[in-house]
This record gives sequence, C-alpha cells and structure tokens, in this order.
Amino acid sequence: MADASIASGAPSRPKYGSMSRDRAWALRWSYFFLVLFAIFFLMPPIYMLITSLKTSAEISAAANPWWISNPTLQNYIDLLSQNQFLVFFRNSAIVSICVVILTMMISVIAAFALARMKFWGSATLATGVFLTYLIPETLLFIPLFKMFAWVNETFGIQLMNHWWTMIILYPTLTVPFATWIMIGYFASIPKELDEAALIDGATWMQTLTKIFIPVALPGIIAATIFTFTVAWAQFLYPLAFTTSTSELVLPVGIITTLIKGDVFNWGQIMTGALLGAAPPLIIYAFLMDYYIAGLTAGATKG
Amino acid sequence: MADIAARNPTILTGDRRSGLHKLMQRKSTIAFLMALPLILLIAILVAYPAGYAVYLATLNKGMTRFVGFGNFEFLFGRDTFWLVVYQSCLFAITAVIFKAIIGFVVAHFVHNIPAKGQRKWRGMLLVPWVIPPAMSTLAWLWLFDPSYSALNWLLGIFGIEGIPWTGEAGWARFSVILVNVWIGSPFFMIMYLAALKSVPEQLYEAASIDGATWWQRIWYVTLPMMRNIIAITALFSLIVTFANFDIVRVLTAGGPLNSTHIFGTWAFRVGIEGGDIPLGAAVSLFMVPILAVAATFILRDITKRGSEV
Repeated sequence: MADASIASGAPSRPKYGSMSRDRAWALRWSYFFLVLFAIFFLMPPIYMLITSLKTSAEISAAANPWWISNPTLQNYIDLLSQNQFLVFFRNSAIVSICVVILTMMISVIAAFALARMKFWGSATLATGVFLTYLIPETLLFIPLFKMFAWVNETFGIQLMNHWWTMIILYPTLTVPFATWIMIGYFASIPKELDEAALIDGATWMQTLTKIFIPVALPGIIAATIFTFTVAWAQFLYPLAFTTSTSELVLPVGIITTLIKGDVFNWGQIMTGALLGAAPPLIIYAFLMDYYIAGLTAGATKG
Repeated sequence: MADIAARNPTILTGDRRSGLHKLMQRKSTIAFLMALPLILLIAILVAYPAGYAVYLATLNKGMTRFVGFGNFEFLFGRDTFWLVVYQSCLFAITAVIFKAIIGFVVAHFVHNIPAKGQRKWRGMLLVPWVIPPAMSTLAWLWLFDPSYSALNWLLGIFGIEGIPWTGEAGWARFSVILVNVWIGSPFFMIMYLAALKSVPEQLYEAASIDGATWWQRIWYVTLPMMRNIIAITALFSLIVTFANFDIVRVLTAGGPLNSTHIFGTWAFRVGIEGGDIPLGAAVSLFMVPILAVAATFILRDITKRGSEV
C-alpha cells in the first residue's frame, strides 16, 4: 500500500514509480502463492481435525467431507478412555523422555571432548559421527533383529517385544545428529573463554558445566527438541521389534490396532493421529525458533 | 577422579617437560573417556550391524550355510527386484527434485514479504515437517480413501472424475511421491530461506542497476550464491528419501502389486514378514552404493568448507 502511494505520488519519476509498482505486484503475488502453499501444507492436519470431530454416521454419509454438521468430542472420549491407547501414550512418553536424557548426556559430553580436547583419532571420530548420521535405520533393522536373537540365546535377555528396547535403539538415530550440532556450537565458542577457565584452575568437567553448557544453551535446546521429535516419530524400529499391544509406542499402536482388516474407523484413527502429532506440534509452537536453528545448524555448521 | 589427578599440583611443579607431557596425556585420556559412550554406541549399534548385514546377506534362508552371492543372484533373477530398483530411484529422484523446486519457490515468496510477517508464515509452512510422518501419512491415506476421498470430492466440484489415488500403479507411485514432497519441502524451504538471507543485498542492487530481469537475478546472483546449500540439502534429502520407510509402508504397504515398494519397505516385507532375514539384508544393502556416493560428496563439501575457515 505504501509502495502504491509512492508510485502514484511521484509521476515525475516514472522509472522509480514502475519499479515500486513491480514490487507491489510481486508482494501481492507472493501473498497469493503463499496462501495456496499454506492450504496445501495445512490441508492434511486440518482434515485430521475435521474428521476427528465427526460421528461415524456423518463420515460415511455422502455429504461435504470438509464440513462438520454435528461436531462431537465422542472420538476423543472413546479413545482416551481406552486403556490401550493410554498405554501407547505412556510407552511413547517414557521412551522419548529417556532417549532425550540419554542422548543429551552422551552427545554433549562427547561433543565437548571432540570440539575442545583433541585426542588421538578425534578428527576421525568426528567424521565418523557424521557418517553414522547418514546411515539410515532401514539398513540396520535386519541385522539388529538377528543380533537381538543372538543376545537372547547367549545372555537370556529378551530384547524383542519390549518397549524399553527402544530406549537402547533410538539413540543410534539421535546421538550422531545431536553430537554433530553440539560440535558446531561448541566450536563457535571463543577459545579464550575456556583457556581463562583452565588457567583459573577449573577442571575440564567444570569448564563444560560452568561455561560451555550455559553459553551453548540455545544449541542444547535445539538438539533436545530435535531428539524428542525423532524419538516420538520413529516408526520402523517399534514396528519391527514390538508386537504385543502392551508394548507398542503411539505411532505404531495407532496404525496396527485401529486399522483392523477392512473396517476403518476413520473418526478414531484421525483422532489418534492428531493426538500422536500433538506433543511435537505443541513443543514446536512454543520453541519454533530453536527448532529452526537446530534444523539449519545440522547441515550448515561443521 | 581423573580430574582431580589432572589438578594435582605435583604434576605442575614437577619436571616441567614431563609434567606437561603427562598433563597432555591425561587430557587426551579424559577426552577419550568422555567420548567413550558415543564410541561404544556407534560401534555396537551402528558399525557392527552394518558390517553384520553384509555377512548375513551371504547366508541361506535358514542361516545355516554360506551361499556367497547366492542371494544376490536370486534377486537379480526376480522381476520384483528390478521393479523395486526402478521405483526406489524414481521415488527418490523425483521427490528430491520437486522438494527442491517447491522449497526454492516458497522460500522466495516468504523472503519477498515484509520481515515482520515472515516468522508467522515460516511457522505455518513448516508444520508438515514437525508432524510424525506415520501420523500425517494416515491423514493422506484418508484423503486418498477409495470411497470417501475428500480430494476426489474437491475435484468433483470442478467436474473431474475421481482418481484411484492408491488403487492403480501409476497413481499410487504419484501419491507416495506427493506425500513425500509434502513432508519434505518445508525442510528445503527453511534451508533456502536461511541461505537467501545470507546473500548480500548489494549484489541484487548491482544487478538491477545493470538492468537484470528478475530471472537473470535468480540465475546469475541467487543460484550461484546458494549453490553449496542447494547441493548439500539435496544430497541429504536424497539419502533420507532413498531410505524412506514410513510413507510407503503406511500409504500403500508396497501395493498395488509391489509397484510402490522401495528398498526399505521391501526389505521389511522379505526379511521380517517373510522370515528370510538374509534376503532382506541383501535387499537393504542395495541402498549402500547411492548412500556412499551422496555421503562422499557431502563430506567433501564439509571438509572443503572446514579448511576455508
């Protein structure tokens, strides 16, 4: 709007006027396309919400699927009163929180050692951490499956079909990334800071806890959020390694128990999916800037 | 305990040379111990299984006998395998190209609007990346439902006949790519937006003084300045997309008639559900070449940038 008034108020300078008119049009087109893309990007979650508020009768009626005539919370009540769903939720919550704690402990300490205290092979290890980050879980689940059978035969510890096995497995996905971005953050801290601390007689551990962790707190928060999101969303490992309904985590639980044969109770499935998506979305809503910082740090730092 | 030893004044006051040497030794020992949990985790749960997969792939189905390349020969003789190779490449390459294009375009639009509104739009557009993929794919599955598809209803308004989104091989391939693009392009958008902000404004001013059109500005200023980040994001995404599992598993489970299986989902079908672990391991190993190539390029870029600093 401001551009338009400048354009109309300065007829003596046609060149400048046309440029700002171009800019005004570019702005309008930008908003137009952003709205289109926002519709595309937000359509599935919104449709999840719409469906979750409908009754089964309304879902199967031949009416406008994008409109709710009789909004109801029945799906939420049904699902949350099911013991099974609460078990999935509890399993997911415990696994994710334990994985976050474990990951941050391992990766912050290791990243400090790799970034500041050079030792034999530390550069190779840093590269190795990065390479591990690139190894996908689709490559590892079959050998792990066999390894678990071997552990059971040798030590008598059954790792198969237990939700807590995920606490051991998920760090393979989260630790390399968390370590990698923490190395980046730690490397950006001026050397003078920890040298001063060491001269004052601080131990390495004190340097880490009193200086590095407070200074790199934004990075730690970003890594924590990322770890939580990955742990919460992981699908392949629990699908491959757990089967009993009492041992499933949320994403797998919703997909394997709510989809039964040909009878799809879509109202409940969408409610479950929305509740499953809620924790990462809520964290994201409050800590968006950290989330984005972590995302861009992963590939650009190093 | 090691910390206390390192602070021990006798080391500092003793023979200066050997004291320093000892301190260095201590320091590297402490550092090694601090990195030990990481090393163990990588060694036991990543490096060992990766190597073990190669060994497993050379066994027979009962895992009692060494068959060398038997599993691979068997795979080469099966049509389904070649279908999976074709679909994996089609899926990964097409999806990455579209993710990069959409991410680039959307990043430009967000970059164009006034700075104070950008945060809000960026926040909205990143939502697909935050939702667990298995959950959002369920929403797509419901949008694609054969009898109640809400997308077909929308198309019906424009008089377009219903599309068999997951029912017909060609459309099913399109659908899995569409969902992958939906989930992945916000990531590209965020990366490109960060890169766009780092392009100096003077370059654009100089270009427009020289009379460059908007297309020339993108081609001669933006793209060269962003080349690194475009390459590294695309390679990252290529790895992740090639190794995808959730989307295909939830949306089509490989069907119809194995036409949408990629390496990850087919390895799961053969290895875990079919009970032929060595064959499943052999299938998943076919991901290694493309992963290795992409990883080499990424690593080269990172070490190059590391030495520049």
